[in-house]
Amino acid sequence: MNALLAADLPYWVQSLLRVLGGLVAVLLPAGTIVYLFLFKMMSFMQSRLGPMEAGPYGSMQLFAEVGKWLQKEDITPARADRTIFKIAPLVVLASTFLLVAVVPFGPDAWFTNFEAGVFYMLAVSSVSVLGILIAGWSSANKYSLLGGLRAAGQLIAYELPMVLAVIGVIIQAGTMNLQGIVVAQNGGEIFGWNGLGNPYILTQFTGFIIFMIAVQAELTQTPFDMPIAESELVSGYMTEYSGFRFLTFFIAEFATAGVFSLIASVLFLGGWGVPFAWFDWKSIDDISDWMNVVGPLIMFTKMMVLAFIIMWVRFSYPRFREDQLQRFAWKVLIPISLVNIMITAILKVAF
Amino acid sequence: MIAADLLVAQNVGFGIISLLMIVAALRVVTVKNVVHAALWLVIVLSGAAAQYLLLSAEFVAITQILVYVGAVMVLFLFGTMLTRARIGAESDLNNKNWALGIPVALLMLGVMSYVIIDGFGSERLIENPGDMTQVPVQVISDDIFGPYLLPFWALSFVLLVAVIGAIVLARKD
Repeated sequence: MNALLAADLPYWVQSLLRVLGGLVAVLLPAGTIVYLFLFKMMSFMQSRLGPMEAGPYGSMQLFAEVGKWLQKEDITPARADRTIFKIAPLVVLASTFLLVAVVPFGPDAWFTNFEAGVFYMLAVSSVSVLGILIAGWSSANKYSLLGGLRAAGQLIAYELPMVLAVIGVIIQAGTMNLQGIVVAQNGGEIFGWNGLGNPYILTQFTGFIIFMIAVQAELTQTPFDMPIAESELVSGYMTEYSGFRFLTFFIAEFATAGVFSLIASVLFLGGWGVPFAWFDWKSIDDISDWMNVVGPLIMFTKMMVLAFIIMWVRFSYPRFREDQLQRFAWKVLIPISLVNIMITAILKVAF
Repeated sequence: MIAADLLVAQNVGFGIISLLMIVAALRVVTVKNVVHAALWLVIVLSGAAAQYLLLSAEFVAITQILVYVGAVMVLFLFGTMLTRARIGAESDLNNKNWALGIPVALLMLGVMSYVIIDGFGSERLIENPGDMTQVPVQVISDDIFGPYLLPFWALSFVLLVAVIGAIVLARKD
């Protein structure tokens, strides 16, 4: 949308539009995931109806929840480190907003078009660890500190398989630019047949599985939710947060789930594109402008599918133990992804 | 630098970010709490990343964030929180020999300035700010895995030795 508008809009209007677009791209998936999956799908899986009172089928429940949190008292523990306690949730949320900045939604609909977009994504997603750590520390609560430390250990351990799983895609696409990866997938062909493009989920299936497992761990969703284990640690690093600040953590959690689903759909499912062969597009310059409208819708659909898988796993599996978690990352995921990189590199050279 | 160049957006950005970095760097050594010092250090390191971005060295900037903010500082905070990180001011943070740090820092400044001025002199990174282009990642990798392959291997070897050393130190049996 920005390159399209660049000709006739001053810089500050563009910047304003980008900020608004970023807000929509972060909050809309978060709201949809919370209502559809967290409220409704979880309830159906547990043979109950879920929220039904607010609006038809409880569809206004989200506003009721936000209103509830906003009017609750903003408590800071007496012995907490006040400044850091207040900054911590914002650091986590900021990391989410920085993350969405590289996601391309259409041929011209992007916020920034970083040359090393994948690398930027991996770097920025690691900033949220900092926010979680200081949230746990500044709460002046042993359970919070334990939760923060567990989160840090887990996020560091699972960042590595995530990076390594993405490298297979980078090798195959020959670029680190997310836009370039989309073009490479939709312009590609499978043994000369280009009716489907070449979404990397087919060739990089191992990488896709590892990436989704790592995302599940990065989001501290259920098989990997030791940091907020409610039966041992109350709620981990979030224990002392109330009202608006808890809401910030909550939004950050589900918005990050949405943004990681968007990134996974770009990396493995072909992103905003349709196979270029359908419309005889040869390169990114040939693509019609209407893709800037259809592209975000395609992205949103793919995001919903991936977010559904994340939530489905979340509701289905019990929690790992702390040592099982670390062993799984270092002794299973990392070796497999290293082998995946090796095989991809050999096949890339061979073909 | 002539006056017309002075108010280019990059220079204004450079000034603001450097000021922030200097203040944060001073706070790192004056603040009375270990975790606060570490967090000020995060600001210094992110400021360095922002400066790299202004130089359109995008890859270096992202590496700076990934390595220093995402890994080194997290590990550092993790370590201090596991061992000793009280909330509130601590009195015994200053080392007795802190004054020795000043000449060392000045010496470092002198050496770095000499090296940079000697190495680049009056050479400009780009003649015209309008021509700012990003260096493609492929060019960087071609350099690393081309003429600098041997130093790269040597560095990897040193890191491998460090990792094995850490494992040996940490294992009891």
